Amino acid sequence: MNKVFNGMLILFLMLSSVFCVQANEIVIKGSTTVLPIAQAAAEKYMQIHPEVKISVSGGGSGNGIKALIDQSTDIADSSRFLKDSEIRMAMEKNILPVPHRIALDSVVPVVHPENILTDITIDQLKGIYTGQIKNWKEIGGKDMVITVVSRDTSSGTYEIWESKVLNKERVTPKAQTLASNGAVAQAVASNPYAIGYVGIGYINKDLKALTVNGIEATIASAISGVFPVSRPLFMFTSGWPEGETAAFLTYVVSPEGQKVVQAEGYVPLYILK
Amino acid sequence: MTTTKRRQIKETGIKLIFLLLSTAAIVIVALIFIFLFREGIPIFKTVSVKEFLLGQYWYPTDESNPDFGIFPMIAGSLIVSFLASLLAVPLGVFSAIYMAELASRRMKEIVKPVIELLASIPSVVIGFFGMVVFAPFLQKTFNLPTGLNVLNASIMLAIMAVPTIASLSEDAIHAVSRELREASYALGANRWETISRIVIPASLSGICTAVILGMSRAIGETMVVLMVAGGAAAIPASIFESCRPLPASIAAEMAEAPVGSDHYHALFATGIVLFIITFIFNVIADYIATKYKQSGTATL
Repeated sequence: MNKVFNGMLILFLMLSSVFCVQANEIVIKGSTTVLPIAQAAAEKYMQIHPEVKISVSGGGSGNGIKALIDQSTDIADSSRFLKDSEIRMAMEKNILPVPHRIALDSVVPVVHPENILTDITIDQLKGIYTGQIKNWKEIGGKDMVITVVSRDTSSGTYEIWESKVLNKERVTPKAQTLASNGAVAQAVASNPYAIGYVGIGYINKDLKALTVNGIEATIASAISGVFPVSRPLFMFTSGWPEGETAAFLTYVVSPEGQKVVQAEGYVPLYILK
Repeated sequence: MTTTKRRQIKETGIKLIFLLLSTAAIVIVALIFIFLFREGIPIFKTVSVKEFLLGQYWYPTDESNPDFGIFPMIAGSLIVSFLASLLAVPLGVFSAIYMAELASRRMKEIVKPVIELLASIPSVVIGFFGMVVFAPFLQKTFNLPTGLNVLNASIMLAIMAVPTIASLSEDAIHAVSRELREASYALGANRWETISRIVIPASLSGICTAVILGMSRAIGETMVVLMVAGGAAAIPASIFESCRPLPASIAAEMAEAPVGSDHYHALFATGIVLFIITFIFNVIADYIATKYKQSGTATL
């Protein structure tokens, strides 16, 4: 009997410790492009500050910003700036969304190492992805059919490709759609006919990264903004952040946090030593 | 309380538990069914059923003018499954005949477990093999623009369907009664004549069921087609072109589709279509199994 009582007491104490210690909680929602950064940064941050609890979820930039305006999240991840409609909605609810640039995202066209091409223009890329250019010889390559490798239309990588390269036109339905950066890298590395695009962190020795409009994709060219297929990634807060949220955002832009950004395959805000 | 009474109560209790457990499956199926339809039907406020089923373009995330046509995906699913069964049916049925009729006992003890082992290979492993090993091989050997194509997906699906077909067909052939065979030999038929004219016709309903269940497994299989079919949302013009079967479309996009959006509902509606297709397959299998069931020797 005594044992049972002791056991219940321990259980009670454990439960009460769960409920009583009010962890400082940060809720993060939004873009799936930013999600890997937010997740990795949150994990690292919670290791350093075990008293803080951060819950991270995806759902897309639009849903994140909506959640910020509804005040159901502390931080909204977004792979784009606010739309007019979102600013209007925020004004109506008396909310001031504050953008924090936390990383850059660069997407690089890649081909098989045997491909003789080294440079491609945005217009040529657009032609290939909309299906007007069908053969490598049309843009100075060998006489070979082009196998167009794209990503599923919901991915963040596709989103940047759509806005920077396709300029709102549609990808040809003949394009292969693969499910991840890794799958695209694998498919292109093993196929001399293929062209694909991957996040800058996924370039490896089995792939040949093309220069775009003569500009090589490097961390430096992405940071300076000359590489055409790149964009900033944001975390939005409602008003200037305070307390734990401010501490977390400071961590993300600190060299420690930016190392996480680079490790996840994105471009840091500044060159890390 | 008498012992009998107590036993009766216990029996009813056990019966009740078993009833609950067996109805749990039915309840779950019903709930999935309701959920699938509740989430899928709303898309038909945006597009008509005809546009959805026969539409040629799938651009669900286009902001100004999205298209929700799944015809290329339906075509992709049917072509890949048809080709897969073209490969898997002879392989499966003939290995079943071999195992049941021709193999020595020792040989059968080796072959049967190995074929069943094939069924236990996770589909992601088969997909990975197709993507990393077989696709580059196809691409180089035939000098194709891509190795992620209809042919690759069909072969990988066939590998997955063979064990189902072989194992169920073998059971059906094995179930043919001994007297039928003996009667055939008594009439002077040789082994081949007995197999082709007596055993196979007698077990045909079972073999058909096996084939259809194998095919319905192929059509619902997701991981393999997601990895090796290439994912192009266009009707393939040849077996060397990429396609995107229905399950691949759902798996690739569901994670990112915002809950409650048209895209989300369209993916659930795709699920309904897939469900209906596999349901039809199962109904046909069931129909054949009961209608052409060989009972005794009189109907042969």
